[in-house]
Amino acid sequence: MDAATTLAPLAGRVRRGRRVADRTLRIGCTLATVIGAVVLGSILLMLIVQGLRGFTPALFTQPTPGPGSEGGGIANAILGSLVLTAIGIAVATPVGVMAGTYLAEYGRTSRLADVIRFLNDILLSAPSILIGLFVYTLMVRPMGSYSGWAGGVALAIIAVPVIVRTTEDMLRLVPGQLREAGAALGAPPSVVITSVTWRAASAGIVTGIILALARIAGETAPLLFTALNNNSWFSANLMGGVANLPVMIYQFALSPYPNWQGLAWAGALLITATILALSIVARLVIKPQRSR
Amino acid sequence: MPALTQSIALSEPRAAARKGPSRGLDATFRTISFGAALLVLLVLAGILGSIIYGGWPAFREFGFGFLTSSAWNIGTEQYGALVAVIGTVASALLALLIGVPVSLGIAVFLTQLCPGWARKPVAMTIELLAAVPSIIYGMWGLFVFAPLFARFVQIPVSNLVEGMPVIGTILYARVPSGVGVFTAGIILAIMIVPFIASIARDMLDQIPTVLRESAYGIGCTTWEVVRHVLVPQAAVSIIGAIMLGLGRALGETMAVTFVIGNANRLSASIFDPSSTIASRIANEFNEADGMQLNALMALGCILFVITFIVLIIARLLTRRVRAA
Repeated sequence: MDAATTLAPLAGRVRRGRRVADRTLRIGCTLATVIGAVVLGSILLMLIVQGLRGFTPALFTQPTPGPGSEGGGIANAILGSLVLTAIGIAVATPVGVMAGTYLAEYGRTSRLADVIRFLNDILLSAPSILIGLFVYTLMVRPMGSYSGWAGGVALAIIAVPVIVRTTEDMLRLVPGQLREAGAALGAPPSVVITSVTWRAASAGIVTGIILALARIAGETAPLLFTALNNNSWFSANLMGGVANLPVMIYQFALSPYPNWQGLAWAGALLITATILALSIVARLVIKPQRSR
Repeated sequence: MPALTQSIALSEPRAAARKGPSRGLDATFRTISFGAALLVLLVLAGILGSIIYGGWPAFREFGFGFLTSSAWNIGTEQYGALVAVIGTVASALLALLIGVPVSLGIAVFLTQLCPGWARKPVAMTIELLAAVPSIIYGMWGLFVFAPLFARFVQIPVSNLVEGMPVIGTILYARVPSGVGVFTAGIILAIMIVPFIASIARDMLDQIPTVLRESAYGIGCTTWEVVRHVLVPQAAVSIIGAIMLGLGRALGETMAVTFVIGNANRLSASIFDPSSTIASRIANEFNEADGMQLNALMALGCILFVITFIVLIIARLLTRRVRAA
């Protein structure tokens, strides 16, 4: 009884301390999540308010105007971005899928494959500006001018590690029995891979490609040193500078001309909406595979 | 002799198959896939080679002094990396300081506190933050965040601390424009939060539910479960995730270029404009030639070394757990 009376107030204090710590954690964690959602909401709101103002038919039919002049659109930048991204994905997809296949199918036990896997993971988060410097030295300098090809290659180098990683992860999820069944029918490894494992993992591999697409569509830094920009109407000349949305947004947003700034906002809304849509699609593609 | 004839009968098509085109095809397929994998190695070597090649004249000209000099004078061709290196490290560390508690908070909220129906949409919201291109963060930082930050934080804080020792320097904005190292740190924090949060969430999800349930069973509060059960279990991989975020923050270019102010000045105040390695390269590269170009490439080398050390540590930490 003595012990109980002396311990009782202490127990109350301890309980209160625990309750305070617990409530602080709950409130803090909820607050952190709310902050994240508010920031995303604020970014989207900013893009919609500022960007919708510039959404006119001219945006999609006219090239970027000269400094200080009125009117114009961003049609050349849209087209240029589509072409550069297409080159990037067209180069990166075969390389990335094949490299991922090597890591998952042939290189499970090899030391070299371990090293490549590790370096690929590092390349995945390497600063994209360094990739721009690399392609500048590799292509822009020897060729003597900024070019669309160089921009496409820079984007491909950013996309490859994403595709390698997802392809390998997805192929590893394919059960070994499927491969054994293929081999038991007398199919050589290449046939087993192309018509059994690739097919089983196709949804995941496609997701990887879409994610890579979303990643490179908004990349700006490497394009600054490779494709740069071009104010004239797109001429299908990939040997010269090519207008593209990210660099256009960068240059126009920081310019002193209100017309240019308006076009930059419209471009920013367009590119963000596209990328968010791609990311959502990528998640929807992967979903049926997971639940299966 | 039925067994023998059978084996002869079987061996014939097998030999035919071995000689047939599929064997050659097989080897080709394997070689192509191996070549593609080697390409990853070559690209990394190429990146390193090209910036060393480009930066070499600057390293030869300025020697070790390149690292310790704060000069960046295009007229006299004197270049040093100090301001940009300090700016890079300072903004990235500020980003961690702000971003890590927020990311861990989000991870705990998603795995422990969030009601089931809200889990998916909330996780989606956070993941979409990772998909927003960095140039958009730059615009948001410069046009939305910086004016608010200048008005509601920089000016009141500067007025408050003016004249005080130490804090009076660190937190004093000479020109409260809203751009500077601290703003860059905040924008970087927002950009790395989704990465750290999603890895931390996956790690927390992997911890067996039994551990959590037994902790709750003996009367632990959520705080105690997180502090004494979950965090120790996931600590190594969470540190790996944080290092991964640090690697991203160090090399981030466009967002920082918008909000850091791009000044080459050593300042003790975190509210003052400065530069990072990446922002300086993005700003000056297109107009640079001669020694300035070499100096920018040399800055690229330093960035390569710093980020790759951080990323290697990050990958080693996250990998050890994946294997276990």
